[in-house]
Amino acid sequence: MRLVVAEQRDGQLNRAAWETIAAAQQAGGPVKIAVLGSGVDAVAAEVAAAEADEVIVVDDPALKMYTADGFVQALQQVVAAESPSQVFLPHTYQTRDFAPALAARLQRALVTDVVSFERAGDALSYARPVFQGKLQAQVVAEGPSPHFVTWQIGAYRADAVKRGASAAPVRKASIAIDASAIRQRVEEPFKEAKQAVDLSQAERIVAVGRGIKGQEHIDLARQLAQAMGAELAASRPICDAGWLPMDRQIGSSGQTVAPKLYVALGISGAIQHLVGMKGARTIVAINKDAEAPIFEVADYGVVGDLFEVVPAMIAALG
Amino acid sequence: MHIVVCIKQVVTREWQLRVNDQKTWIRDQDASFELNEPDAYALEEALRLKEKHGGEVIVCSAGPARAAQVIREALARGADRALHVESDALATADASTVAAALAAAIRGEQVDLVLTGLQSDDQGFGQVGVILAEMLGMPHATIIMEVQASDPSTGSGQAVRVKRELEGGWFQWMTLPMPALLTIQSGINQLRYATLKGIMAAKKKEIRKVAAPDAAQPLQRITAIAVPEKGKQTQMIPGTAPDAAKELVRRLREEARVL
Ligand SMILES: Cc1cc2nc3c(=O)[nH]c(=O)nc-3n(C[C@H](O)[C@H](O)[C@H](O)COP(=O)(O)OP(=O)(O)OC[C@H]3O[C@@H](n4cnc5c(N)ncnc54)[C@H](O)[C@@H]3O)c2cc1C
Ligand SMILES: Nc1ncnc2c1ncn2[C@@H]1O[C@H](COP(=O)(O)O)[C@@H](O)[C@H]1O
Repeated sequence: MRLVVAEQRDGQLNRAAWETIAAAQQAGGPVKIAVLGSGVDAVAAEVAAAEADEVIVVDDPALKMYTADGFVQALQQVVAAESPSQVFLPHTYQTRDFAPALAARLQRALVTDVVSFERAGDALSYARPVFQGKLQAQVVAEGPSPHFVTWQIGAYRADAVKRGASAAPVRKASIAIDASAIRQRVEEPFKEAKQAVDLSQAERIVAVGRGIKGQEHIDLARQLAQAMGAELAASRPICDAGWLPMDRQIGSSGQTVAPKLYVALGISGAIQHLVGMKGARTIVAINKDAEAPIFEVADYGVVGDLFEVVPAMIAALG
Repeated sequence: MHIVVCIKQVVTREWQLRVNDQKTWIRDQDASFELNEPDAYALEEALRLKEKHGGEVIVCSAGPARAAQVIREALARGADRALHVESDALATADASTVAAALAAAIRGEQVDLVLTGLQSDDQGFGQVGVILAEMLGMPHATIIMEVQASDPSTGSGQAVRVKRELEGGWFQWMTLPMPALLTIQSGINQLRYATLKGIMAAKKKEIRKVAAPDAAQPLQRITAIAVPEKGKQTQMIPGTAPDAAKELVRRLREEARVL
C-alpha cells in the first residue's frame, strides 16, 4: 500500500496533493490518503473523491498550526499502524521541513524532489535532479520499508487523478499527540508589506539572472524590456544581491507569472525558478551554456553571450 | 554563543559537468570547487551572531582532503576553528551517511546553535540539516530568513526566534529552545569576503581532523546519471549574435505573435 500525505493549510487543500495522489495511482496498487490538521473534514471529503482505498484523518488541536515536531509525532503513528510500502509527499516547503526528521527517526530512506519513477523488479527507481537540474540521477531507495518519496511540484498532473465511482471511505485515526513535546512555538503566517508590482498581470516579462554579472548591467535588460513593452523581473540571486527589489523575483519563493512572452537572460533554469514561469505562453532563453536546463522549457533559444545578443535585439526592435 | 556551521564543498557553477565512465557521478578529478552557496550565508549569519553575542564559530565539513579549501576560506572569513570529517567516500555519500558523519564530529562540542544551508548545489537532498537535528536531538526550523537569538549568558530560557520562509511570499516567525538547528536560505544577509588579514590569521587557526564513523548501510544509491531529456521542442536559433537576434525578433513577431 502507498500512503499519500495530502497537505492543507487552514482547511485549504494544497493543489500539489492531487499531483502526489496521481503519482501514487500511476505506481499501481492500493492507495491511502492521510490528512493532518484540526477541523479538516472538508479537506478529507475533497480528497475522498480520488480513487483510493481510504482517507485517514488525524484531527487534533495540536496540529492546527503546522509544526515539524507535531507532524513527525502524528505520522510516525500513522505509519506504524498502516505499514505502507512507500509514503508519498509533495515536495513543498512543509514537507522539506518534517520529512527528513520523520525518515531519520524511523531510520528509513527518503528520496526527495522526484520527477518520475521506473519499475525495477518489485521495487521502484526514481529520477531526481542533481547539480541544480543540469543532470538527472536515477536513484533506488535501500533498507526496509516504508520508503519516503517526495514529488517535485508539477511533475505529475493534478487532472490525471482517477476519480472513484463513489467517495473513498473516511476514517478518523485514533492518535494522541503530546502537545507538550512540540518544541516549535509558531506564530501566524504573514506576507511582507504589500508588493508594489504585480507581475502576474504583465503581458511580457524580461527576466535577468546571474549571467548579467553586475548591478551596472541591469540597465541593459531594462532597455530590452522597454523596447519590448515588458516588465523587468529576476531570478532569486539578483534580488538577494539587492540589484532588483524582492517584489520582482520570479519562482517558488517569489511571484508566479504566466505572460504571453517570457525572456530569460542568463538564467540557468533551476526548478525553483521554473515553477514560477513555466506557464508562460512563449518562453525565450538566451544563455551561453547550450546545456542550461532553461532550454528544456524554452520555445526559442539562443546560445550566446547576452552582452552581444541583447544589444542586437534592442537594435532589431528599434 | 557557540555556533557550528556545516559547510560543503561543491563544484563551481561554471564547471562544465561531464558524467564519469561508470555513469554514477561526475568526473571531478580536475574540477574547480567552491563553498555551497547557502552555506556561505549560514556562515555569515553565524559570524554576525557572534559579533552580537560573543562566543565562537566552528565550521564543520565532511568530505575528502580537498574540502580543506572551503574550510580555509571559512576560517579566513572569520570562523574560529574547524572540524573536518575526512573521507573520500563522503564526497558522494547519501544524506543519512553525511549527517551521521557530521553528528559524530559535533557531539563532542558544546553548542547553542547549529546552522546548515538548506540544500546542497550538487546532491540537492535538502535533508542533511534536518536529519542532523534529529540525530543530535535538537529542534529545528528550515528555510530561515532572519535569526533573533536571546543571549545565552542570561541563563535559563535560552531561545531563538526565527523567520521561516513559506511559499509564494509568505513568512512565519517561530521560537525554538536552544540548542537548535536552523537551515539557512540564501539571501538572509549580505556576504562578506575574506580580507588579506583574515587569510593570514586563518593560517594559525585549528583544523581538527575527525575520523568518519563506521558507515552504516546507505539509504539510497544512484544507479545512473545523465543529462535530462528535453520536454519541449525548442527552436534553437543559430548564427552570429546580430543574426540570431534579428531572426529571434522576427519569429517572435511573425510566428509567436507576442510582440
Ligand atoms: C527553497 C528554495 C527556494 C528558491 N526560490 C527561488 C525563487 O523563487 N526564484 C529563483 O529564481 N530561484 C530560487 N531559488 C534558487 C534556485 O535554486 C537557483 O539557485 C537560482 O534560480 C539560480 O539563479 P540564476 O539562474 O540567475 O543563476 P545561475 O544558476 O548561476 O545561472 C546563471 C546562468 O547564466 C548563464 N550565463 C553566464 N554568463 C552569461 C552570459 N554572458 N550570457 C548568457 N548567459 C550567461 C550561465 O550559463 C548560467 O546558466 C530557490 C532555491 C531554493 C532551495
Ligand atoms: N558533506 C557535507 N559537509 C558539511 N555539511 C554538509 C555536507 N553535506 C551537506 N551539508 C550541509 O547540509 C546542507 C543541506 O545539504 P543537502 O541535504 O545535501 O541538500 C548543506 O547546505 C550543508 O550545510
